[in-house]
Amino acid sequence: MMQTTGVNIYDQQARNRRMTVAVMLGFGAFVAFLGFGVDVFLFGSISDEAFFPIGTIGGVLAGSLSALWSLKGGAKAVLAAAGAQPVHPGNPQHQQLINVVDEMRIASGLPMPQVYVIPDPDPNAFATGTTPDTSVVAVTEGLLSSLNREELQGVIAHEMSHIRNYDMRLMTVVAALVGTVLVLSDMATRSMRFGGSSRSKNKSSGGAGTGILFVVWIIAIILAPLIGRMLAMMVSRRREYLADASAAELTRNPLGLASALEKLNNAVTPTTTIRKGSAHLCIVDPTGNAMNAKEGAVADLFGTHPPIELRIEALKQMAYERAEINKHNS
Amino acid sequence: MFYIVLGVVVLIVGWVIMKYNSLVTLRNQTTNGWKQIDVQLKRRHDLIPNLVNTVKGQMQFEQETLEKVIQARNAAVSAHGVADAAAKENMLTGALSKLFALVENYPNLKSNENVKQLQEELTSTENKISFARQFYNDIATRFNIDQQTFPGNIVASMFSFKAAELFEITDAAERAVPTVDLSLKK
Repeated sequence: MMQTTGVNIYDQQARNRRMTVAVMLGFGAFVAFLGFGVDVFLFGSISDEAFFPIGTIGGVLAGSLSALWSLKGGAKAVLAAAGAQPVHPGNPQHQQLINVVDEMRIASGLPMPQVYVIPDPDPNAFATGTTPDTSVVAVTEGLLSSLNREELQGVIAHEMSHIRNYDMRLMTVVAALVGTVLVLSDMATRSMRFGGSSRSKNKSSGGAGTGILFVVWIIAIILAPLIGRMLAMMVSRRREYLADASAAELTRNPLGLASALEKLNNAVTPTTTIRKGSAHLCIVDPTGNAMNAKEGAVADLFGTHPPIELRIEALKQMAYERAEINKHNS
Repeated sequence: MFYIVLGVVVLIVGWVIMKYNSLVTLRNQTTNGWKQIDVQLKRRHDLIPNLVNTVKGQMQFEQETLEKVIQARNAAVSAHGVADAAAKENMLTGALSKLFALVENYPNLKSNENVKQLQEELTSTENKISFARQFYNDIATRFNIDQQTFPGNIVASMFSFKAAELFEITDAAERAVPTVDLSLKK
């Protein structure tokens, strides 16, 4: 009955999980390459006589600390910055929001998250919190007034999926890797500027192979901040596709989220109350970043979110597959 | 040689323990999933008399529909077993949809805040019921698959685990669209 080779909800989830793993492995390899280069070419702490990758370890520590620092008080800080208020059950719109979150809580088997409303007329929503027990879902007033029940359900399902997939935690690891890349590239450019002597000393001891490797490493170091950001955004976009597919699994209604995304796409104004740092947690990019709207090479490299049209397309594909399966079953 | 055999035995025993524990966890999650459905069904049963009382005054000419809703509700409350409950709850859903279709004809009711609130609560409860069923079916299916696939089936039969009963939805249309929207068209 399921001859369709296509991309149903489960295929799309599996594919996005695989891609995340692949990108994260690539990211790890990239950081290791940069770090060992620093140690071999600059510090000489990895050579025939010595093996203690002090540069790499230092870089990873500094990068992780900066990421943990920004995570500390993360949920509260993000909510406070956005001026989010706890949801108010007396208000019918808010009561409906509580009900919809509760529905998705049941569908996902997660604990009930805290629910907040942001007084902002632009429609947007985000989830935060590192574990399902401490998770928070926040939506803007604009979202509540512009979406119908089914669409709201799709958006909440997307946010609950970020929680269920531990995306906050993953993006913190990604931030740590980006931090490490920045520290390493900083270390390299500084020491090349001020103390080129250690480099030439080491370089002379190697053969032609080392020379080529050195050139590749120099290029990598120069491009490192760019490549780091690019890899981070690749992970972020995969998680958005994954959250969309997981949302469809929860609601079994991909078209609800698709129609919500269409509405959000038409509301072009940026959500000013949500800071740029939490952009990757939102249902659509709050910064009004042109990168996310366009398709093409540059947008593919630097947007936190995939183009909304592509997300809608993927959801419609899931809906189509569901309809096909139901047709075969009945 | 002795140590190799000992190592293999330790590995096998360790695996059996892990498999057993994971099956117990799944069984508990399945039971819990079932209770979640019950919680939501009970909530629906509690909401219906409220709704009927609120609309009764305005809908004297629809006594028959109102009585059907109450009857379906009482039948659902006293249902026994999975299949029976499923059938009676589906009948109740049908009766409720009919009632809400009729409310459309009463402008006074449509604009009544109480009715609106009850309607939102009932819509949400309907959704929660279907999501609780969906979650139950998903977790029960996983539990059953774990019991039936090799080599988990050996552990399952050793400790006589039983397959969980799935919540069947008889209506194909309901399977396609699990969310029920009882809200009024504006």
